[in-house]
Amino acid sequence: MIDPVIASRLQFAVTTIVHIIFPVMSMGLAPFLIYFTWKDIRTGEPIYEQLRRFWTKIFAISFVVGTVTGIVLEFEFGTNFAAFSTAAGELFGGPLAVEGMMAFMLEATFLGVFVFGRDRVGDKLYFISSIAVGLGTWLSAVWILIANSWMQTPRGYELATENGQTVVHLVDPMAAYFTPRFTYMYVHMQNAAVESVALFMAGVGAYYVFRHHVWGYPVENVDFWEATLKIGLIALLITAPLQVLHGDMYGRHVAETQPQKFAAMEAVWETESYVPEYIVAVPTSVDGFTDPRAKELFGIGIPGGASWLASGGDPTAEIRGLNDFETEAPPVAIVFWAFRAMVGLGFWFILLALWGGYRWYKGQLLEDGLLHKALMGSSLLGILAVELGWIVTEVGRQPWVIQGVMRTSEGVSPGLTGTEATITLVGFVGVYATLLGLYTYVVWRIIRNGPPGRDELRAVPDDTPTPGPGPSPSQSTPEAVDDD
Amino acid sequence: MTSVDSLAAGPLFGLPLPELWFGLIFTMLATFLFLDGFDFGAGAIFALLETDEERETVLAAIGPFWDGNEVWLVVFGGALFAAFPPAYAGLFSRHYLLMFAILGALILRGLAPEMYEQRHDAGWQRWWGRAFVAGSVLAPFLLGVFAGNWLVGSGRSLTLVGPVVGVTLTLLTVVSGAAFLQLKARERLPEAVTTYGTAATVGYLLAVVVTLAVLAVRLPEGVSALLDPVIIALVVASIGLAAGYVVALRREQSLRALGAAAVMTYGLVAVVAILMYPAIDPAAGATVRGTIVSTLPLNLMTIGASLLLPLVAVYFVVLYSAFSGPITPEEAY
Repeated sequence: MIDPVIASRLQFAVTTIVHIIFPVMSMGLAPFLIYFTWKDIRTGEPIYEQLRRFWTKIFAISFVVGTVTGIVLEFEFGTNFAAFSTAAGELFGGPLAVEGMMAFMLEATFLGVFVFGRDRVGDKLYFISSIAVGLGTWLSAVWILIANSWMQTPRGYELATENGQTVVHLVDPMAAYFTPRFTYMYVHMQNAAVESVALFMAGVGAYYVFRHHVWGYPVENVDFWEATLKIGLIALLITAPLQVLHGDMYGRHVAETQPQKFAAMEAVWETESYVPEYIVAVPTSVDGFTDPRAKELFGIGIPGGASWLASGGDPTAEIRGLNDFETEAPPVAIVFWAFRAMVGLGFWFILLALWGGYRWYKGQLLEDGLLHKALMGSSLLGILAVELGWIVTEVGRQPWVIQGVMRTSEGVSPGLTGTEATITLVGFVGVYATLLGLYTYVVWRIIRNGPPGRDELRAVPDDTPTPGPGPSPSQSTPEAVDDD
Repeated sequence: MTSVDSLAAGPLFGLPLPELWFGLIFTMLATFLFLDGFDFGAGAIFALLETDEERETVLAAIGPFWDGNEVWLVVFGGALFAAFPPAYAGLFSRHYLLMFAILGALILRGLAPEMYEQRHDAGWQRWWGRAFVAGSVLAPFLLGVFAGNWLVGSGRSLTLVGPVVGVTLTLLTVVSGAAFLQLKARERLPEAVTTYGTAATVGYLLAVVVTLAVLAVRLPEGVSALLDPVIIALVVASIGLAAGYVVALRREQSLRALGAAAVMTYGLVAVVAILMYPAIDPAAGATVRGTIVSTLPLNLMTIGASLLLPLVAVYFVVLYSAFSGPITPEEAY
């Protein structure tokens, strides 16, 4: 049987890593759905109804799976981390309760109206429900990240001993709940969600555009896929540079507030100044993968880059090495490589956005097969980058569950046995693999079936195949009409 | 600072906040058990329907609602965590495997309808139909097992009370489910739904008698705990409501029947809460006053809940009025 502490940590890792995919999809899709709903109501153009209905289906399945996997996380604080919940419940429970009442309720009720109610409610209430659903998903993240950011940079509390246990008491709610970290996390997470969905849209759109324009196969609703590609690309052009810009600010903030995590991100063991930032790091031995040490890596580094990042502009600044902290280092290899992969992906997304934007500007967006392939290959990489970022955040905080206050191993439920923890861990691996498989299958089917055809739309069916009077010249190409 | 100091000084308006929150978390639990209860009950009745159209009708009837209904469980868990952290931690960690079994049932119930709608071949739909029924029946049963164990403070061991309360609760969800389905899809479902509702009501009353008998043996105070006038009044009222429910269902006054089922659900949860008080986690000997968070966070949460819960009520009114009247199977997206 696996040790209950290890099993609980692995189980929490598995359940969060799977869960976060679904909120990323729903939070990222929310602004697009509000826009599609608005345009659909205002213009009545078929393309917007198609966009709204198609992406609502993906939103709905993401929300359902996100709900059932999200309840698991809320319960796991009690089942597996009872000591943490008892000690920190006063600070940590409040945001979760408010999240349920303020955000989740708003989202779940109006989702019913938004998904099923188009023919039952008027335009105004329907548009309001799209905003309520989007606002719900984004408010949810506010409260979850308030809770998480407090674990990263705790303040506004005091410690007391009650019945032989250390308990956290809330003394200054504003300080505790609105830490500077919260702002960094929220901006970084929400932008990442939109960027991930932008990549997903661009990739899916690129697939059909490639089939049609490069391979010359007939594709139904090709104008829909072209619009999807273009909308995804525009969103990527906005979000990709922003993500790297405030990611840099966020990194600096981590260096100031969680120096041990920062040292692990850079694999700096000895305290020193003028530390380079390795853009490309190649281990010189097998050990270099599992135990990276900045000094022993062969790589292309910016001299003083890490120091510059940590201090906000001073390449000679000192970085405190992992050996100079009282507690053991977090698992450096995971943090170091996850951070590098995430940053690498962040820059790749900018490149991809610029490439696509340039081709579009040149009028070659629909013909560049290599670009299409790159977009298809990158369609899930945004989600991967989110996962990597969370791994840096959570693994990098170890051995603490509340930075500097409580160790993760001290937070596990005292009565939990290895047998119980192993049973549920194995169960979750099986159930979540199935869940992920089914989710992928459903999303794949939605994509394969495509948007509702013109004849199924609510909008007055158009007898002639030419576009209506609306100004959408680029969206109905002659080829699109010839397909049918 | 001054406002924080005054919030930390004493309970808001001198109210008995620990007791109010104890009442509030059980109200949230009861709201979940009634609202998602009729979804569960609809899932159980789904098993007894034969044609494809009837089954699709059941899925369409609960489609817009179940997700919002289930959030009451999230809110219940969150409020228990926020107001009584040691009770939340103790209860959830001691019933470790049971909690995950409940989560498993909820996953199955939530996922199955989505999968059912994906493909229209018979094998696929038979499989996911069964999964939907299993999740819908197991979720209230296991929640009942949890509630029973919680009340009698059984710790980790299984007791007879658990399964008995589980069966009671499952039957009650079928009572609500029959009324809900009659309200939403009377024209499209067989008349037998009324019979199922009546049978479940009779079964429920018998289960309540068995539950009370088992509790009389198992509770430390024995029969005297049950001779509380409020509990006697609630039991008598439940019998009256059950009779009213059957009459209303037979006359096709579905909304009235559903209302009776709602009051029965709140009544059942109230009995549990009254028997438990002043303890909140009897197995650990933990009381409401002993596990409540300190004054400042309690006051903050009280303000938050008083502002947010009325809004939540508005959301539910909007949702249920948007989908008032019968629902057709075509409305499943």
